[in-house]
Amino acid sequence: MDKNSNLYTFIYASVLVVLVALVLSFTAITLSPMQQRNMEVEKKQNILTSVSIESSVENAEELFSNHIKESFVVDIKGNKKSGDAFSTDLKKEMSKDLKDRSFPVFISEKDNKKNIIIPLLGKGLWGPLWGYISLEKDCNTIFGAVFDHKAETPGLGADINKEWFEKPFTGKKFFDKNGNFISITVHKGGKGAAKMAGDLEHGVDAISGGTITSKGLEDMVKDCMKNYEEFLKKSKTN
Amino acid sequence: MDPKSKKLLTNPINIDNPITIQVLGICSALAVTVKLEPAVVMSISVLFVLAFANVIISLMRNTIPSRIRIIVQLVIIAFLVILVDQVLKAFLYDVSKQLSVFVGLIITNCIIMGRLEAFALANKPFPAFLDGLGNSAGYGIILIIVAFFRELLGSGTVWEIPVIPDFVYEMGYQNNGLMILPPMALIVVGIIIWVQRAKTPELIEN
Repeated sequence: MDKNSNLYTFIYASVLVVLVALVLSFTAITLSPMQQRNMEVEKKQNILTSVSIESSVENAEELFSNHIKESFVVDIKGNKKSGDAFSTDLKKEMSKDLKDRSFPVFISEKDNKKNIIIPLLGKGLWGPLWGYISLEKDCNTIFGAVFDHKAETPGLGADINKEWFEKPFTGKKFFDKNGNFISITVHKGGKGAAKMAGDLEHGVDAISGGTITSKGLEDMVKDCMKNYEEFLKKSKTN
Repeated sequence: MDPKSKKLLTNPINIDNPITIQVLGICSALAVTVKLEPAVVMSISVLFVLAFANVIISLMRNTIPSRIRIIVQLVIIAFLVILVDQVLKAFLYDVSKQLSVFVGLIITNCIIMGRLEAFALANKPFPAFLDGLGNSAGYGIILIIVAFFRELLGSGTVWEIPVIPDFVYEMGYQNNGLMILPPMALIVVGIIIWVQRAKTPELIEN
């Protein structure tokens, strides 16, 4: 057959594409349970890290069932509603009406100390950001925070998942003295910027060169925590 | 190894380097050289993709219709890259998270298309395999050199480990924020080209 004829070209292209598509979809389907499991384990590890429990890929599931004693979803008014917290997809919830949304809450227990863990989801420069924030029992002070991202710039915005960025969140507060919701501010200007701005209660340092990621993170924390405002106020009085 | 095969491996590292001589693959050299670690991971992934794409295209070379050869090459590259990505996600989840955007960048890497077009289409699988290894090594070496200097001067670290002692900072030294930005990668590459041309007699033009 003439290699330059239209027919040959068409057949060649079709066969090649179908073949490649078959192999790829076969791989994707065979590997997908393993990928799914990896993602679940990662989620569990993230939740555990936010309450300072070290876990490895092997023991994450065991530790999770030992320490995460309770999980439920709440609505915007802070009332419990039916639903499974672990499988709640925040992205889907965001597209619903505010009053129909479910917000997942996890309660961890370690050494008789309870912490509330709240998942976060937001936008960075190149893709989604997510994270978990755990609160002390006053429902105001941050006990720990973990963040992660899909595709932020390596060496710049991507550093939000590094310990040196997450650590300073510990001890920051969401509400001011009068009980107004303030959230956390990310201050530009390198190391010590929050201190210079005199914002020790609610401020942390941004990443130099990662301004859009830092701002995205600030918005994420603010927008997500705002949804829990009523819930946190209620849990505090209880 | 006969001298011809050896040349296929060593030429791209020096006198026929894809970045400094052919000036290909500059896009990713700018993007992933902020830190050493992603640069190394990127080099390894390119090594894998280029070596195998070269072999596959070389095996298919007598059947590919010349009018759609570029598209065929792209399909093969994209196929390999997605395959690598899927396998990493299932078995080496941590590595795949680090790679994230770079995997996509490999598809657009001009070195891979360049080698398929210039070498694999006209040569047997084994030489094509060596050519792939040589070229990705040449690419990787430049990437690592650039990343080393950018990380050292831009962040004061090497492989995330701080190497500049505190007293230097106290004396007023600051990390150069410009090094983190893409233009400095071009300047570092430029300096490498300068040094390489000055040191290698074959490359000196009159």
